[in-house]
Amino acid sequence: MSIHKFHANINDSLIIRGGRVIDPANKIDKIADVLIIDGKIAAVDDDIKMKPDHEYNAIGKIVTPGLIDVHVHFREPGQEAKEDFLSGSKAAVAGGFTTVATMPNTSPVVDNAALVRSMVARAAEVGIINIKIIGAVTKNQAGLELAEMRDMIDAGAVAFSDDGHFDDNAKIFLNALDYLYGTDKVIICHEEETSLVKDGVMNEGRRSAIFGLKGRPSVAEDIAVARDCLLAEYTGGRVHIAHMSSARAVEIVRDAKRRGVKVTAEVTPQHLTMTDDCVNPTDSSTKINPPLRTQKDCDELLKGLLDGTIDCIVTDHSPHAAEEKDREYIYAPSGFPGLETSLGILLTDLYHKNKIDLPTLISKMTCEPAKIFNLDAGNLSVGSWADVTIIDAGLEWTVDADKFYTRGSHSPFVGRKLKGRAVATIVHGDLMKLL
Amino acid sequence: MLGKNILGLENFSAEEIRLVLKTAREMKKIIGGGVKKLPNLRGRAIVNLFLEPSTRTRTSFELAGKYLGADVVSINASTSSIVKGESLRDTLMTIEAMGVDAVVIRHKAEGAAEYAAQVVKPVIINAGDGAHAHPSQALLDLFTIEQFKGRLAGLKVAIVGDILHSRVARSDIFGLTKMGAEIHLAGPKTLLPRFFEFDGVTVHENIDAAIENADVINILRIQLERQQSGLFPSAREYARVFGINEARLRLAKDDVLILHPGPQNKGLEISNAVVYGANSAIHEQVQNGVAVRMALLDLTLNGGQL
Repeated sequence: MSIHKFHANINDSLIIRGGRVIDPANKIDKIADVLIIDGKIAAVDDDIKMKPDHEYNAIGKIVTPGLIDVHVHFREPGQEAKEDFLSGSKAAVAGGFTTVATMPNTSPVVDNAALVRSMVARAAEVGIINIKIIGAVTKNQAGLELAEMRDMIDAGAVAFSDDGHFDDNAKIFLNALDYLYGTDKVIICHEEETSLVKDGVMNEGRRSAIFGLKGRPSVAEDIAVARDCLLAEYTGGRVHIAHMSSARAVEIVRDAKRRGVKVTAEVTPQHLTMTDDCVNPTDSSTKINPPLRTQKDCDELLKGLLDGTIDCIVTDHSPHAAEEKDREYIYAPSGFPGLETSLGILLTDLYHKNKIDLPTLISKMTCEPAKIFNLDAGNLSVGSWADVTIIDAGLEWTVDADKFYTRGSHSPFVGRKLKGRAVATIVHGDLMKLL
Repeated sequence: MLGKNILGLENFSAEEIRLVLKTAREMKKIIGGGVKKLPNLRGRAIVNLFLEPSTRTRTSFELAGKYLGADVVSINASTSSIVKGESLRDTLMTIEAMGVDAVVIRHKAEGAAEYAAQVVKPVIINAGDGAHAHPSQALLDLFTIEQFKGRLAGLKVAIVGDILHSRVARSDIFGLTKMGAEIHLAGPKTLLPRFFEFDGVTVHENIDAAIENADVINILRIQLERQQSGLFPSAREYARVFGINEARLRLAKDDVLILHPGPQNKGLEISNAVVYGANSAIHEQVQNGVAVRMALLDLTLNGGQL
């Protein structure tokens, strides 16, 4: 697969003809044309009678707002052997994503305004997709002192996170919530109580017991989620639970939401569809934090996604260099690249198995994350930036790491035969065909 | 078994286990004889890649190879290029390129031996991978039990102590249940794995229930650093509540066989009197270890002709 830039001039007009337009933000699900002029949505209507500069025949395809992924690791600055803004952006386009938010656990950590400003400039310079910057909650993500979050907001940070680990110090976390009070910024929390997951490399269960691998029990997540829901309730601050994996934690979030706590949550395709049965200590591609758990957890995560307990789907795109992943399970770093497989997995394992309908699925990848992060994206409203994803839900393809745009190579989805993927991605009116 | 990688007893059939034990009985005669040299592996090269400390297993494999006439080279972690940052894949490929027939590997990481088997072609023999497996130790335990009891099926075997971190326990469980023995596990709950439920395995909260009427007790080593990790309060209390001493031994059958994979912490998991007592087969285990490892090398590299 290769990305072909279709547009010669971003000011040209383009009509996407005859696709099934699913725009959950505007409650649209119908066959329609989408007219784009000057990089913005000019009209969404039946049979637009106009001769544009370009036309895209989308008959039989699905036309959605550009997909949003608020949890990616693009590894800039400092870890460019794993990924950079260019390789990550291409991977996003290939997966149908037009907006991503990058996590700050880089080298150095993005924990000050100068770095945020340089990342924002770097994102504009690469310019393929919209890259939003998440800053650290604490200096160097060490959990000891607050980072200069107000400065970072002014420099363009869209949210804050010490992702990669849990902030054990409850007082610092409470301070962070209080300090951000009154802003529209959310704190994204990696929820695994540190002492319970120390040295752990996979879900604690029968399989870890057989392998002798140290476990990361689900109760570590449950405790962390419970604490942060309680602190959100106590402070009135906003907490966004990262990559949920535990059934019990879903219940805790559901209960908190019912009581009006300002908590939102996300889940990844891997946690929705894979279990620790997939883990084998000879292949580190399944090593992720929090770990793959059990079928019961998958079932409860899906239930939570459908009933609104879980607001959005993210990839936790975490590429590593091949030589880092090709080693002993306990020594390999955690994470794998997800941008290029996310939509295919979700369509194959959820939509085609009638576990989720398309408007719900698309809302979890467009308007819902946009709402949490206050992003000017995720809808096809007239006048908004023309970020559009065109999906062929019936297209069959096989995941091949050699064809990845990401620098990451080790994914547990490699070799999977999938049904459905993005075939074109439009960012600010600039159309990139993928096949 | 020609070319079989010895990774863990979960990958062994009962027939294969029987073949190893039978071959080891022949090998044991050679160890006891005057000239300890067979031509079976003449012209073969074996590398012992030991990336974790070991005395008995490494020496045992080294002598087993030498008694069979092979050229044996031992590599230790501290003297290998691993300390220079060489990856396990590259270390293995380097060894393979030198024309080696078998690699005996000891590694801290669970799954390291199986990974090695995927990376290079020589026969891989797992000499312990983290808390996962130690198949040659389990086979020598089976050999020793059969030597003294004449059978494995139907025996009540108690395995006591730190099951959580023990590769020996895991391999013993797979090997012994396959041969029809009944396994009883006991130790402080902090040292027992959760979710560890198998047919033929009973987990006890009380050590006395586990060893009551036992035919065999395998006492696992307690690493003292586990106390610092908060897994038990003190060596003294451990010895009092969970240690195997002569008084506690009376709960088992009179002819109970005492095994310990070594090295022992005397006065902690096992009393001095039990180590040297009439029921102890601990030193016999060491000799049997050489015989079993000779059998494994011969069976995997020759297919087993004596």
